[in-house]
Amino acid sequence: MTETYKYPSADGKYGEFGGTYVAESLIATLEELKESYKKASEDPEFQREFDYLMKEYVGRENPLYYAERLTEKLGGAKIYLKREDLNHTGAHKINNAIGQGLLTKYMGKTKVIAETGAGQHGVATATIAALLGLECKVFMGAKDADRQELNVFRMELLGAEVIRVEQGTATLKDAVNETMRYWVQHMEDTHYVLGSVLGPHPFPQIVRDFQSIISKEAKAQILDKEGRLPDKVVACIGGGSNAMGMFYNFIEDKDVELIGVEASGEGIDTNKVAAAINRGSVGIAHGAKMHMLQDENGQLQGTHSISAGLDYPGIGPEHSFLFSTKRASYEYASDEEALNAFQKLSRTEGIIPALESSHAIAYVMKIAPELPKDEIIVVSLSGRGDKDVEMVKRELEARRTND
Amino acid sequence: MTKTRIENMFQTLNSLDDKAFIAYIMAGDGGLDKLAYQIKTLEEAGVDLIEIGIPFSDPAADGPVIQRAGLRALEHNVSLRDILQKLTEIKDEINVPYVLMTYYNPVFNYGLGQFAKDADAANISGIIVPDVPLEEEAELKTVLKGSDIAIIRLATLTTSDDRLKELLDEAEGFIYAVTVNGVTGKQAGYSQEVFDNLSRIKNKSKVPVCAGFGINSRDAAAALGEHCDGVIVGSAIVEMFNNAEEDNIKKLIPKKNAVHAK
Repeated sequence: MTETYKYPSADGKYGEFGGTYVAESLIATLEELKESYKKASEDPEFQREFDYLMKEYVGRENPLYYAERLTEKLGGAKIYLKREDLNHTGAHKINNAIGQGLLTKYMGKTKVIAETGAGQHGVATATIAALLGLECKVFMGAKDADRQELNVFRMELLGAEVIRVEQGTATLKDAVNETMRYWVQHMEDTHYVLGSVLGPHPFPQIVRDFQSIISKEAKAQILDKEGRLPDKVVACIGGGSNAMGMFYNFIEDKDVELIGVEASGEGIDTNKVAAAINRGSVGIAHGAKMHMLQDENGQLQGTHSISAGLDYPGIGPEHSFLFSTKRASYEYASDEEALNAFQKLSRTEGIIPALESSHAIAYVMKIAPELPKDEIIVVSLSGRGDKDVEMVKRELEARRTND
Repeated sequence: MTKTRIENMFQTLNSLDDKAFIAYIMAGDGGLDKLAYQIKTLEEAGVDLIEIGIPFSDPAADGPVIQRAGLRALEHNVSLRDILQKLTEIKDEINVPYVLMTYYNPVFNYGLGQFAKDADAANISGIIVPDVPLEEEAELKTVLKGSDIAIIRLATLTTSDDRLKELLDEAEGFIYAVTVNGVTGKQAGYSQEVFDNLSRIKNKSKVPVCAGFGINSRDAAAALGEHCDGVIVGSAIVEMFNNAEEDNIKKLIPKKNAVHAK
């Protein structure tokens, strides 16, 4: 827990960001969630169960790995990778899914629903539903479901029902809307396992808290290995859950620079981006005030990133707050740079990173050579790239043909 | 300032021992040029108040019918700005009060101060913002304070008694009582629970209470109308306009002076 950084406020705000911008019908259930979460987080038995599953089921703690060959190759700052890719199911998403799964049972509910873009959070939720004996429905944009057929099958294999969302643009943002609509009708026995630090209060806080185990471990590990804190902490950002987890326990360490890396897609000046802070403005959608990609009339815009996990028009309200207070900075990496980083890490370290995480690696590859050798960078390797191999193969082949 | 236009309407209905029939339309569905015709059609059908929907890309509280209507309007590139301009142009031709139903983001992007001015100039009598609950209302309330624009609050089946008390305190215009745990267009419940809930709200409210969400027939309107001061019909009317069946709209409206007598 942080000592001087006390957000969100009692009304769910991070400065001016966040809040509870939802229909009146949802207020009662959000109140219930707020109270149950407070009780659970003060209940040693709940914490013990969470810790047990983190260790025995997820495989934590995962290593903070010194990427020696990558460091040498880049010739500058020392690079450490926080290995969230080694978690069961292959990404950081499971940390939050387990926390909220346990919370579901704590509230006496028997069913969970979730939204998913690429399917990672859907798979994580389906996994914990199987583990905890909960009924599970996952809402997925029809376009995403077509692109990620294998993940749809994976969720079904785990016993979940995948509901194709045809509404709107049939992608992640529409899946979020549809999950909310379903939730309003089934609040009594159903908990919405929201997948990122997004949505109405208390979701951004709950997800952050469960993900903060990333920085809790990383901080202890770097102190153990280097005897000091890192100079920079870097993580990729879609909605921002792995970044928030990676930043949280460093927020009060003012000398540690916090850097989020957004997806600039086909180029930061094009319309094919998913960079809410670098290209968006402040608005209100999906329950919170945050930065998002929108037109001048307040309509949310379509997004693009090679990485489906970053392909979302908004960013968690706490990131908006860290940005506006200048506690964190937000950079970007393109599809092309992410593809290069994907291959580079595979070849130099024998680690195939997720395309999401490749954005963070790409940014580090850009800055590390210019930094002195005694600087330390900790990067969140938020997920493994097995899920992306087929897509990367296609992309690389297409590029070769175009040459 | 009191919210006179809506109050006057309910007072008139009250003196006639009648209930309000409120119709929802999506502005820009079929193009903004149709708005004047749509409003006129509703007036002629006997509608007492019109809710003008503002299209939004992410309508989380709406069912499929209104979602699709919103997307159709967005395909015509219709914005809140265009809609207020159009209403300002045609306001003298409109005889019933009208309110806006909009998600918060279009208003927030417009700029709250400018919105208050332009909405006032367009003779808007009220605003319903489904994603602004009591908790987030303060900013909007401040800018609309001196105007004749009521902030119409929603109350639902899950609203607790304590919260209802807070919500009814300083309520303006009328209370929009949501009859389902769900989204617009979902079949309204006729259960005793729904009627009891309407009575619960009505008994405590200083302003009129109108029931909405999923009322799609004259029978439903009449049945629910018995327990409150009026009913709101949305999806059914949106669908009729879209299918060029607007002649049927008047069939949804219980005969005047007959709502309570049925």
